[in-house]
Amino acid sequence: MREFKGRAITPGTKTAKAVVSHGGFNTLASFQKALQFGDERAKCSDQNNPDLYGKELAGAALCLPQTIGSTTGGLVLYCACAMKRQPACMLFSKPIDSLAAAGAILADVWIDDISMPVVDSLGDEFLEYVKDGMTVTIKEDGVVVVEE
Amino acid sequence: MILTDEQKAILNGESGETMAKIMKTLVMYGEAFGAEKMVPVTSKYNHLVTSFGLKALTPVYTLMEKLIAEGVKSKQKFSADPRPLDKNVPQNFLQKLVFNKFMYTKQDYYEEQLRELGLMDKDAFTCTCYMDEVGNKPNMGDVLSWSESSAVVYANSVLGARCNRNSGLLDLMGSIVGYVPYFGLLTDEGRRASWIVKVNTTKMPPAQLLGSAIGMKVMEDVPYVIGLDKWLGNELNDSATTYLKDFGAATASNGAVGLYHIDALTPEAKLYGKELVLPGAKEYVIDDAELERVKASYPVIWKNPDAKPKLCLVGCPHMSLRQLQDWTVNIEKSLSEAGNKKVLIPTVFTAAPAVLEKFNKTEYAERLKKIGVITSYICPLMYMNNPLCAKMPVITSSNKLRTYTTAKYYNEDELLKIITKGDK
Repeated sequence: MREFKGRAITPGTKTAKAVVSHGGFNTLASFQKALQFGDERAKCSDQNNPDLYGKELAGAALCLPQTIGSTTGGLVLYCACAMKRQPACMLFSKPIDSLAAAGAILADVWIDDISMPVVDSLGDEFLEYVKDGMTVTIKEDGVVVVEE
Repeated sequence: MILTDEQKAILNGESGETMAKIMKTLVMYGEAFGAEKMVPVTSKYNHLVTSFGLKALTPVYTLMEKLIAEGVKSKQKFSADPRPLDKNVPQNFLQKLVFNKFMYTKQDYYEEQLRELGLMDKDAFTCTCYMDEVGNKPNMGDVLSWSESSAVVYANSVLGARCNRNSGLLDLMGSIVGYVPYFGLLTDEGRRASWIVKVNTTKMPPAQLLGSAIGMKVMEDVPYVIGLDKWLGNELNDSATTYLKDFGAATASNGAVGLYHIDALTPEAKLYGKELVLPGAKEYVIDDAELERVKASYPVIWKNPDAKPKLCLVGCPHMSLRQLQDWTVNIEKSLSEAGNKKVLIPTVFTAAPAVLEKFNKTEYAERLKKIGVITSYICPLMYMNNPLCAKMPVITSSNKLRTYTTAKYYNEDELLKIITKGDK
């Protein structure tokens, strides 16, 4: 078990199984099929992301460095949340990028019954340690506990 | 964040619950990036990235409906990214069915929402809103609430305006309250370069390839590019701005660049020179071999990598008037050399409706039509972003289109040969 301390962008507590992207997470490419064609488990549709392609994003603890790609990224994440296909939480090793921040904040402010805690700045070591399937627990203060 | 009395009042609900939520969204957004204040949006017009009535984005339209119902308006009129559909662009039966019955079923509804919120013109749909023909061209120092990445990087770099790489919806919200959080590319410090890029090529590098190389290297940082003025000169004329449009779009999509400086050419580089470069800036040297390496690294994700192309798309970002004219002349010349009358692959050139309107009044329009090229106002990216088009072998000279779709990239001179002579 290891503990990492980050910064809570949208605070909350949550426990979920990790899915890990070591490269930038393209929000539009990853969620597009799920939102368009009604896949409630939100399998990642980004063919350029070998870590995540085909894996379920809904309900997972999504561990990533930052998001990349189209500036529609924030509103795509907002839509995933509104359609209840969002990750359980998002954990960034680096400081959050403007698109992911926008999506997380839009969901937090505009959707009443949503809970998707987002923590950033967890450090490169976090992304090196966490593996698919590990259990991740977020606490209110941005502390993240990773268990094998 | 320190807010003015007016901003505090909006946040506290004195302008209604919806305005309070909009202000809360912007304040939280700013706080995530250490912004200490909000600053007024000063550009005449805004520009929105979302222009498509995609069923997948239904929650966005629901939110827009809420804004309209509450009587909220954008303080500025705005343009928006290109429309996704045009019957002139080749579509087979299945594509037509999927586009119109499944994907873009919200298009008319969404366009009506945009008109209610403040669309500047019924045809103000383009990613190159800053073109003279379109008329949404900010001044140096203007603070913007834009989001389209290729437009943001152009406005920051070529026009000297100030804008962060915002997300869709945040663009509209900034324009509604009239303020954006002050951080990043809005600040003097945030506009300084942490990379020096030296261009040492033996000929003018293709804009889209050079931009891609720089984007992939510096990601979201600001590069200061030396050596490009040798090829582009020291004036921001038609030729230079067209080059920088395509260059910037590639830096923004292959990386996440929101601002670049070109030594002795772009406005801030002309004013401040290398003072813009931060101490300890990293260095990246680009020569012919480096460009070749970058180009060779692009994955080809066609099922059959040797398939004959079925479509050629040029114009992501939208083409300038000059590009439409230059391509017309070049295609004619190349076809003539090969003894061909028309392009060998269905080819679509995309540009802003206002640019196409002007182009259509020139003699070039008829000439381009005669050699078989279709012109359209669509967003090639939106056209390609679905499973049916993704399976098609499409070629392009756009590195943005290559990045986000299955389209295969060729430099412009290669593309020209393929569509006129059938080989590279």
